[in-house]
Amino acid sequence: MLTASRSVDQIGIQERVARLHSRSIKKESKVQALILALSMIDLTTLEGRDSPGKVYQLCYKATHLHERFPGLPHVAAVCVYAPMIKVAKSALRGSGVKVAAVATAFPSGMLNLETKLAEVTRAVQDGADEIDMVISRGRFLSGDYDYVYDEITRVKQACERAHLKVILETGELVTLDNVRAASDLAMAAGADFIKTSTGKVQPAATPEVTLVMMQAIRDYHRESGRRVGLKPAGGISKAKQAIQYLVMLRETLGQDWLTPNLFRFGASSLANDVLMQIIKQSTGMYQSPGYFSID
Amino acid sequence: MPGIKSTLNFDTDWSYSPAPQSSGEVTLRERYGLFIDGESRPAASGEYFQSINPATEEKLCEVPQAGADDIHRAVAAAREAFTHTWSRMPAAERGKFIFRIARMIQERARELAVMESMDGGKPIREARDVDIPLAAAHFFYYAGWADKLDYAFPGRSAQPLGVAAQIIPWNFPLLMAAWKLAPALAAGNTLVLKPAETTPLTAMILAEIVRDSGIPPGVVNIVTGGGETGQMLVRHPDVDKIAFTGSTAVGKEIMRVLAGRGKRYTLELGGKAANIIFADAAIDQAVEGIINSIFFNQGHVCCAGSRLFVEESVFAEVIGKLQERMETLIVGNPLDKNTDVGAINSREQLERIQAFVEIGKQEGGEVYQSSCRLPDKGFWHAPTLFSNVSQSHRVVQEEIFGPVLAVQTFRTVDEVITKANNTPYGLSGGVWTDKGAKIFKVTRDIRAGVIWANTFNKFDPASPFGGYKESGMGREGGVEGLLPYVRLGA
Repeated sequence: MLTASRSVDQIGIQERVARLHSRSIKKESKVQALILALSMIDLTTLEGRDSPGKVYQLCYKATHLHERFPGLPHVAAVCVYAPMIKVAKSALRGSGVKVAAVATAFPSGMLNLETKLAEVTRAVQDGADEIDMVISRGRFLSGDYDYVYDEITRVKQACERAHLKVILETGELVTLDNVRAASDLAMAAGADFIKTSTGKVQPAATPEVTLVMMQAIRDYHRESGRRVGLKPAGGISKAKQAIQYLVMLRETLGQDWLTPNLFRFGASSLANDVLMQIIKQSTGMYQSPGYFSID
Repeated sequence: MPGIKSTLNFDTDWSYSPAPQSSGEVTLRERYGLFIDGESRPAASGEYFQSINPATEEKLCEVPQAGADDIHRAVAAAREAFTHTWSRMPAAERGKFIFRIARMIQERARELAVMESMDGGKPIREARDVDIPLAAAHFFYYAGWADKLDYAFPGRSAQPLGVAAQIIPWNFPLLMAAWKLAPALAAGNTLVLKPAETTPLTAMILAEIVRDSGIPPGVVNIVTGGGETGQMLVRHPDVDKIAFTGSTAVGKEIMRVLAGRGKRYTLELGGKAANIIFADAAIDQAVEGIINSIFFNQGHVCCAGSRLFVEESVFAEVIGKLQERMETLIVGNPLDKNTDVGAINSREQLERIQAFVEIGKQEGGEVYQSSCRLPDKGFWHAPTLFSNVSQSHRVVQEEIFGPVLAVQTFRTVDEVITKANNTPYGLSGGVWTDKGAKIFKVTRDIRAGVIWANTFNKFDPASPFGGYKESGMGREGGVEGLLPYVRLGA
């Protein structure tokens, strides 16, 4: 049953974010955070010009992050459009890297539900391990929460064994109260993960929005016992930002969420900056960007 | 405990490495002097006492034990400077000196922050982000008033009082010195300042800053010592005004001493603030605000929100979240940039807090303490929360001045207002609700000098601060903060 969502105080959230961002993460704890961040990345390519060749290259990168530095983890998943699922699936066979596919008329979600469900069914058949759906933001903003709830439950059914990430597109929801309400709605409807953004709308993930979603996850877990994951996506390109997100995660949700099973970064260029920082921590100096592959 | 059992685990595999603030730029002298008539000098008796670091119990430095002769000399220097220089100087010139002090505090901010943390035990983050910037801000603010007193009191002529004796506490040493010095100087008074016995260090640096600012000798005098030194200052016949911040017990004693003497005084004393959280509040942000209101500066804050009232329908949620949040507080080395809660200021204060916690337990209160590991050396107290207590419990009635929160429930707005006012104190308060009308009703009906809505512990030099009832009299900050330092003529 849905109850009214908690209200969110924007100033309070901003102050908490600022406080958490002032944590000083150095030395061993920095290296540990960087390696953890690397393992949580959903390496993403979501462009109209994506081709099998491009996706193949990205998949190779996902499993061979930096050969010169052995012992690094692989990323959590590769995130692609539906037509690229099969390419990614075959490129990643046996690697442990998941294939995530965006669906439900990503990024706008402007399509009838039956067609969206068909898209999801097909994506699952093609082998997607994870489905990243978008909610109908227009419906949400017009107050038609029942529609959004039903939409998510139907997509969840269509996912079968695949994990469902629900993209709220917080840049279009605008207020933190809306973000909180949409998070509560998505979790109640069965989301395995809630995700901030498509990356196609600005602002994408922000620390404020992410913290509100973490608090929603915490409350939902307290009430239901179920652990829902979180994926901030878009706009996180620097290692320092990633560490700040991990600080928020550690101090809001704790140990159980410090795993790729429950936390992901949706990002295309974050991996190389994290790698560069890891090498810097180990050698004491920055290497030229030329040493880091850009697939 | 009535709260929800937390299922979150904050004892994480990934934790933060120590991130100590470098104390390299801080050079402590072995001994400091009394600052009288522009010069540093030992006490007439030649006696010194130690200031220690409460986080390590190691000695930091020695400061002079000022006696009657020293007090007399300091007051005489202040009188001389008042009569012959400071009160005759054009107000705009006075303002320039105050501006200069403000800038020099900024220039030496890092050093001051490290010293404040070492001497008093507060986290470097707070000293760096709160104490020192606010101290500078107070000087900047009052510097601007120096030549605009006619606008502060329209139609009246504002004359300085003369020599002010200013006695400050150990919880915000430099900041409290700024609160006292800045308005007194802006209004044209000279002064003798006495920092607290356990935290004299930043006042010693302030003396250097005052000297380097070129302010005429004798305008600012700083003497060190304990309660006795303070008494001598209060009783000195040639002092025109007393400004005291500290405990209500000492405040009452000062009033007894001054009774019938016709001297001006302001007292900023204790508090036992009500922090009220309604069911419609943004709960997570309210919890964060409660944490900051009671654990900021280890609870050594006169306006700390030490009595929490929670609307009964959200009690379990709030207390569960408070306990979870207490688990994530980092308690330890004050000089570590990640530390949230530092050391208790002194052994005496620690024992006082421990005694109160013991009383609370004996009275039947349910106690919850953060499971943090406390360092072996130094003075430490874990963040502590009492529930199952009432207005009749001593931990609810008395000011503990430590990281101890007493939680009660309420059902209606009228009930909580009555209970919030059911205290001899009236310094501050807090209300957390999403409803604007409720904010107006509660803040109007609670008798306290400052009440925050959906936030807590926000300070600004332009905003007056002070108490009702036994929390004191007079205001510091803002235009109101000038009033205790002037005589208004026609």
